Amino acid sequence: MLAAHFPVQRHPDAKLLAADREGALRHVARSQFTTLLRPGDVVIANDAATMPASLAGQHTASGQPVEVRLAGRRSLAPDDVREFSAVVFGAGDFHLRTEDRPLPPALRAGDRLALGPLRAIVESVLQHPRLIKLRFEGGPDKIWAGLARHGRPIEYAHMAEPLALWDVWTPIAGPPVAFEPPSAGFAIDWRTLASIAARRAGFATITHAAGISSTGDAELDALLPFDEPYRIPAAAVEAIRRARETGGRVIAIGTTVVRALEHAAARAGGLRAGDGVATGRIGPHSALQVVDAVLSGTHEPGTSHYELLRAFAGDATLQRMDAELNARGYRTHEFGDSVFVENAFSLPARGARRDRGPEGCYEQVQSTDMTIA
Amino acid sequence: MTDTRMANGGLWRGLRVAITGGTSGLGLALVREFGRRGAQVAFVARGGEGVERVERQNPAAHGIAGDISKKEEIHPIAIQITGQLGGLDVLVNNASALGPVPLAPLGDTECEDLERALAANLLGPFRLTKALLGALAASAREGRGAVVVNVSSDAAVQPYPGWGAYGASKAALRHMSSIWNAELAASGIQFLSPDPGDMDTPLHALAVPDADRAELKRPEAAALELADAIGAALERQRAGAPC
Repeated sequence: MLAAHFPVQRHPDAKLLAADREGALRHVARSQFTTLLRPGDVVIANDAATMPASLAGQHTASGQPVEVRLAGRRSLAPDDVREFSAVVFGAGDFHLRTEDRPLPPALRAGDRLALGPLRAIVESVLQHPRLIKLRFEGGPDKIWAGLARHGRPIEYAHMAEPLALWDVWTPIAGPPVAFEPPSAGFAIDWRTLASIAARRAGFATITHAAGISSTGDAELDALLPFDEPYRIPAAAVEAIRRARETGGRVIAIGTTVVRALEHAAARAGGLRAGDGVATGRIGPHSALQVVDAVLSGTHEPGTSHYELLRAFAGDATLQRMDAELNARGYRTHEFGDSVFVENAFSLPARGARRDRGPEGCYEQVQSTDMTIA
Repeated sequence: MTDTRMANGGLWRGLRVAITGGTSGLGLALVREFGRRGAQVAFVARGGEGVERVERQNPAAHGIAGDISKKEEIHPIAIQITGQLGGLDVLVNNASALGPVPLAPLGDTECEDLERALAANLLGPFRLTKALLGALAASAREGRGAVVVNVSSDAAVQPYPGWGAYGASKAALRHMSSIWNAELAASGIQFLSPDPGDMDTPLHALAVPDADRAELKRPEAAALELADAIGAALERQRAGAPC
C-alpha cells in the first residue's frame, strides 16, 4: 500500500473496501460509506480530540534534548493530568523515522525534564528504558495551558509537513484526551451525520484515549496498545440497545471504539454507561459481544490494528482484502483510505467462534459507574 | 428572577460554560453570574494579567489567556476549555472588536480595521464554535442540552453611521447564528444571538466616549437576562420540547 503523505482528512477520492459477513468484497467511494447502512443500524464513533502530546525539551541533568511523547493516563478525569506514561526520544523530530531516532540519555527515577513552560519529574522507568511514568509540576489548569501552548501533535516521518492541531481533530472531536487521532473518525463529517439520520440509522459517541501507534522500537511496539481509559455515555448504551432490539447492527468507527465497547461488555453486568480502562489486545481468538462491523484504516499484517480485524473476519477474507488494497492502490496511514469489515462471527455464526473459549484479554483494571446528569 | 434561579438550581449546578471576553463588561458579569448559579466556568481573554485578576476574584473559574481573533490560538483555547471542564454545554461568544477607534464612516475605515472587526466578531466565533462543536453535540446527545450564544447588537440590524465595521461584522454573525440553527436543529444545539442593549462597558466607552453612563444599562443586569435566556433554552431542550 502507499503512504498518505498529506493531512487531508476527507480526500475527495478516498476509497473504501467493504467485506460483508460472507466475505464478499466491494469497493465504494468512502464519501458514500453511509450506503452500507441499513435502517436500525447504529454508528458509534470516538469523539476524543487529540491532545498535542509531543513535548520538546531538555533532560535537565545531562542537558541533552529530548522529545517526550505522552502515551497513557489512568483516567479521563479533567483534573487527573499530573501523571502520564510517556515514551522518550532523543534529539531530532518527526522528520527522522522513529526507528532511526537517537536514544535519549539514560533516564532514572527523580530526573527532571524541562518541557517548554512545563516541568516534570521522572517518577519511574517502566517496562522499557524509554518508557517512563512522569509527573508534571503545578495544578491541572497550568498543565492544560502548558500542553495547549507548547505541545505539538505526535507525527511520523511519512508526513511531509508539520501537522497542525486542526489536521488531527476529527469534525466531531470533543474532550482532548487522545494521544494520536482516532483517525477512522476522519471519515465522519456533519454531512455524513445528516446522511446517517436520513437512512434511519442512529449515531452515538464514546470517548476513548487512543494511544500512540508506533515507537520505532520492536520491544516497545510489542507492548502496544497501552492501557487506554474510556468513557461510555448512557446515550451510547441506549442507542446500542435500540439497535439490538430492532435487529440493527452496531457499527464501530475505528478500532478504539471496538476496544472500548468490547472491554466494557466483558465486565460483570455487561455493557453499561461508565468509565473504564481498556487493557489487552483484541485478536483472532476474541469473541466480540457488541460490535457487528468496523470502519477502519488500512493496516499492514502484523500490526495490532490488523490483529483486531482478525476478530471480525477469517484470514482468507483478510488476505483477499490485502490483495485488493494493493492492486487498487489504496493508501495507508491515518490520512489514507479505509476498510469496512462486517463481523463474520456474529450470531448466528458467532457460536462457532465461541467454541474456541473465552480469551483472557478483557481484564478489568478499573471500573467506576458514571452518573449522567 | 431569584425565584427562577432557585428553581433551576439543578439545571445550573455543574453546567459547563465557556465565555470569551471574560475579563470586562458583559463577559465579566457573566463569569460572576454563572458562577453564582453553580456552573463550572471557563473564561477566555487576551490579557494574561486580566485573566489572573479575574481568577483571583473568582477562584472557582478557569482562566484561559488567548486571542480568539487569531487562527493559531483557537485550538489551544478549545483544548483548555474542554480539558478543564471535561466537556461543554454552553459557549458564549462575547469577545468583540469595535473596528476603527474613534468610530469612522466606512469611507474612512481602513481595510485593516474592518479585517480586525471581522476576525474578532465573525471568524473567531465561527472557528471556536467549530472546534467545540463535537463537545456541544455530545452534550446534546447525552440530554444535557447545548447552547451557543453569539452576543449581538442593535448595530447588527440598524445601519448606524460610523458603526460600519462593527455593524457589518455583527450582522454577519447574527445571520450565521440563524444558519447554524437551521443546520444543527437535528443535532440539538441551539444558537441564540441576543442584543443585550447599550451597556456601560469599556467597548461602549471606546465607541461613545461622551455617553452619559447613568443612562446605560449595567452589564450585571444584561448578564442576568442572558443567563435566564440560556436557562430557558436548556430547560426546553431537556424537556424535549421544540426550541
